[in-house]
Amino acid sequence: MRRGNWEEYQKSIADDNYYYARSCIRQNFFPGSEKAFLDIVANRLGRNIYDDPLHSSCTGIGYHSDIVPLDTIMAVVARQFALMNEAGYENLVSSCITSFGIYTEILSTWEEFPETEQRAAETLYKATGRTLVKPKNVAHTSDVIFHLRKQIAEQMTRPLINVRTGEPLRVVEHIGCHYAKIFPKKGIGGSEFPYVLAGMIESWGGEVVDYPERRHCCGFGFRNYLVQANRGYSVANSQKKLESMAPYRPDFIVCNCPGCAMFLDKWQYTIAEMEGTTYGQGGVGIPVLTYEEMAGLVLGYDPWQLGMQMHQVDVEPLLDKMGVEYDPATKYLGVNGKYIGKPEQAVVNGDCPSGFYSMLSL
Amino acid sequence: MRHFHNKIGKNTEYFFKKPPYLCTMDYFKMLMEDVRMREGLKACMNCGVCTAICPAAEFYDYDPRQIVETVQSRDNSRIEALLCSETIWYCGQCMSCRPRCPRGNTPGYIIQSLRYLSQKLGLFVQSEKGRQQLALKRTIGENIMHYGYCLVPQEISPDLHPEQGTVWRWIHSHDRDIYPLFTPSYRKAGAGALRKLDEGSLAEIHRIFELSGGKEFFDLIEEYSERKAREMGYEGATHEYMLDTFTKNSSEQ
Repeated sequence: MRRGNWEEYQKSIADDNYYYARSCIRQNFFPGSEKAFLDIVANRLGRNIYDDPLHSSCTGIGYHSDIVPLDTIMAVVARQFALMNEAGYENLVSSCITSFGIYTEILSTWEEFPETEQRAAETLYKATGRTLVKPKNVAHTSDVIFHLRKQIAEQMTRPLINVRTGEPLRVVEHIGCHYAKIFPKKGIGGSEFPYVLAGMIESWGGEVVDYPERRHCCGFGFRNYLVQANRGYSVANSQKKLESMAPYRPDFIVCNCPGCAMFLDKWQYTIAEMEGTTYGQGGVGIPVLTYEEMAGLVLGYDPWQLGMQMHQVDVEPLLDKMGVEYDPATKYLGVNGKYIGKPEQAVVNGDCPSGFYSMLSL
Repeated sequence: MRHFHNKIGKNTEYFFKKPPYLCTMDYFKMLMEDVRMREGLKACMNCGVCTAICPAAEFYDYDPRQIVETVQSRDNSRIEALLCSETIWYCGQCMSCRPRCPRGNTPGYIIQSLRYLSQKLGLFVQSEKGRQQLALKRTIGENIMHYGYCLVPQEISPDLHPEQGTVWRWIHSHDRDIYPLFTPSYRKAGAGALRKLDEGSLAEIHRIFELSGGKEFFDLIEEYSERKAREMGYEGATHEYMLDTFTKNSSEQ
């Protein structure tokens, strides 16, 4: 299928006044990314965005693990929409790809099967006294960064350029299945040629790496990761992607979905511990970034303020290529500069700890 | 088409399983009450594009094409065998099948409907993969009820998640010194990442679960698991039973 067929797959993204819905996975593993997103949108680019303390999980991970029924998640989502309306907003921005898929799927289902919307509204009202009002615009947080990418480029202090060679950094982008595979027209570029991250990379001076398994799932597979006995599925699918991208020598991976970012980071650790295999250059892993971290770096944020010390694969090789100044001594300090030790070594970071291949017994 | 299917089908496990309900129910009709079935099942021509793109088909002996064909056959004995099988639990719900189907089917939606019905009827405990639903209810489900989120750092134990690595072990041990770097409200009231959801909001979530059937569904998973655990020689759906469903694959023993 030719790229041109997908050019019509563009979406309307609100320019201002966003209601922010947090992500279970992103706030656990990338809390600095959520903080950076709010700071970039509100303080760097002057948009109004509301971080509501009342909203909950969309329960999407439970839904896709088949323990939360459809009627239940619809009513939970109806509550999110009601809270947004009560706060005076109509543009929902989700920090999570699973949630974004849930919101788009539920809105579409309500359209096609109006009795389901009525049931959700009635449950919501009986349970909470709140009234369902649907959003006018639903976007993923990456859509907003994509929408604002040229303004970010105007403030850029560190383009995606290798300062040693002057060449563009080579970037693998991973979109996350639920961004566009459920409703291709709700994602920029659709499911075959998604442009949401590629647009950022190109605007900020990098080069997008194409590779055979570019569209393959990261391997989350919900119950296939969440249940320990099933995790072979998850690591095998991540491995398939990593094996496919490695020959193209990417400088880093950037992910749309917080789950994908976590898995492509953590499974590199696991594979290195189990087999001694690493996929980056120089015997280490490939750094895996969120798009908020990528935006934060080009805007000059400190990597530890972005939370990049929470990654399993060290990001320093990328920081050095970008010419980012950072203080290694402060990387693992806690709040108020408290010394709290540091993580044990790992093969994926070029270390050979005493427990080398220690996960073979798992 | 059924002849074609039987000739080339690679996964025959569910065709030989003795069904516990002996086809006394119209499973196809029950499935079609789910809007996901009406959206996901059009008219499958068995081309196999879904299987070609499916991450689960690469890892398991799994073929979404066969799932759709079986349901489409409206043969309730075959559908019942499917509801009792390991097979329906292999899909990762990535939905890669959805945009690729040339006939507008979504095998992933059909799987969601099958899994829902399998649990409603208590058939999920017939399979090892199905029995894992108890572990999912007790982890993700109880996180939602206790915290309002599907996961929170304190419940992601490094011992149950060794793949999370050395950095996660460090974060987990020092969470109260690390998360406040990024949020003003870690496990406290107020806006911000990983805030403690206020009691009013949590009560609203609980009432939604009660009125929408979510709590009843959780209770069903517990009840059927309790019965099955006793049948298997456990003292009930104990923590030991749940951990066994969470960690063990009989094929690896």
